[in-house]
Amino acid sequence: MKQDYYTFHDMDDEEIEIRLLLEAIRLKYGYDFSGYSKVHIKRRILRRLSLSDYKSVLDMLPQVLRDRAFFESLLTEFSINVTEMFRDPSFYKAFRRDVVPVLKTYPFIRIWHAGCSTGEEVYSMAILLKEEGLYDRAQIYATDFNETVLQKAKEGIYPIHTVKDYTHNYQLAGGEASFADYYLADYDSVILDQSLRKRIIFADHNLVTDGVFGEMNVVICRNVLIYFGKELQNRVIGLFYDSLCHGGFLCLGSKESLKFTSRAEHFQSFAENEKIFRKRFGV
Amino acid sequence: MGYEAVVIGTSTGGMNALKKILIQLPHDFPMPIMIVQHLSPHSDNYLVKYLENLCRISVVEAEEKEKAAAGVAYIAPPNYHLMVDHEGCLQLSIDEKVNYARPAIDVLFETAADVYKDRLIGVLLTGANSDGSKGMCRIKEKGGVTIVQDPETAEADAMPRAALKAAVMDYRLSLDEIGKKIIELAGEGNVK
Ligand SMILES: C[S@@+](CC[C@H](N)C(=O)[O-])C[C@H]1O[C@@H](n2cnc3c(N)ncnc32)[C@H](O)[C@@H]1O
Repeated sequence: MKQDYYTFHDMDDEEIEIRLLLEAIRLKYGYDFSGYSKVHIKRRILRRLSLSDYKSVLDMLPQVLRDRAFFESLLTEFSINVTEMFRDPSFYKAFRRDVVPVLKTYPFIRIWHAGCSTGEEVYSMAILLKEEGLYDRAQIYATDFNETVLQKAKEGIYPIHTVKDYTHNYQLAGGEASFADYYLADYDSVILDQSLRKRIIFADHNLVTDGVFGEMNVVICRNVLIYFGKELQNRVIGLFYDSLCHGGFLCLGSKESLKFTSRAEHFQSFAENEKIFRKRFGV
Repeated sequence: MGYEAVVIGTSTGGMNALKKILIQLPHDFPMPIMIVQHLSPHSDNYLVKYLENLCRISVVEAEEKEKAAAGVAYIAPPNYHLMVDHEGCLQLSIDEKVNYARPAIDVLFETAADVYKDRLIGVLLTGANSDGSKGMCRIKEKGGVTIVQDPETAEADAMPRAALKAAVMDYRLSLDEIGKKIIELAGEGNVK
């Protein structure tokens, strides 16, 4: 499949301007969005435009070149940091029931959360591993390409109004203790138990440009690939494939799949409904 | 050139309204139908199963990056926005809610209008909010055809009324008439 599907007769001015803006960002800051889903990027840019005083996409170009802070705000606009603790509780339930017993047979496990956003998903996994007695045998790498969200992830402080939903999710996910054991409430926020962070390394990693950094037993990348075009999805799935040990687990978001990627046959479906796949042995 | 796709948006009362329209379509209906029905984020795919059992066209939950095919109705999954890209492939996202809704009708309609331009049929049905108005305007702007359920016949009339207030729509019809109109428009495009 060719990534560049535009032909000059159906590319309108707005799309040309978007392409120029992305090219400016790539040349100036090294972030390449050309492989992202075009509808997604277009929506985000037009949304930003409608909230600003700029008259056109092209108007934003000089500002992007001169003002790093403006670029960073666009980066955040593109990166959609929406996340939750124990989002899709049935995923955590299946992970606990089906994946954990396999992990228990290993002396040491490495887990990579790619696109971890503000950290809610990583801490959820830390809690699960703790309850299963696996946490002290684990090393968790949590990466994202957005420094701002990584900083928040490291802090592990979340607005108090989220607690009700997260407690509910935790229970649906098969949590064994009381969710309140894992945080301290402080006025309008909750501070997660510091010990949950002990085995987590937070790091900047761009799935578009960066490579493998270690052999993993589990790769968790949820709700990130939906924002990528097919070709970039293939590249990133290849990166996960190369990072996983034989029999390693790949966990995607509930509505993501390997179906339309070129690597589908290299993985075996492990928990179909929950999008948990296993790297085939010996391929 | 004929029409290439239908988009339908609805909220309160939508299940019944969708049934009445989709049930009229023949199994070889010549284009894809993309649907946003507001749902609770935790609902299962009851709606899909219900419609699939009753209709001659096939009804499925929209899958990420799937190419939209003729004769199939794709329903946005709960808690995800549904969009369509320039190759006619479906695209999901968990972006923030729009008009307090995810999936939001405007998101589907606006992206579909950009892709299909004057080859799109937009249909807005019963609902108790004003999601979809902007999307209908965009469809009009790009030259597509717009059909609104007659508010007098809608279980909840706020949504169709909001659209009628936002712009002049091409057709204002009852549910029975909407099904017939869609078939008629689809036929027009295919008579060479
Ligand atoms: C919607 S969030 C998903 C968060 C979490 N995984 C979840 O499912 O709740 C998507 C995250 O992917 C990150 N992301 C997007 N493009 C990326 C890239 N090229 N490299 C690394 N992270 C990326 C964004 O910064 C954002 O935090």
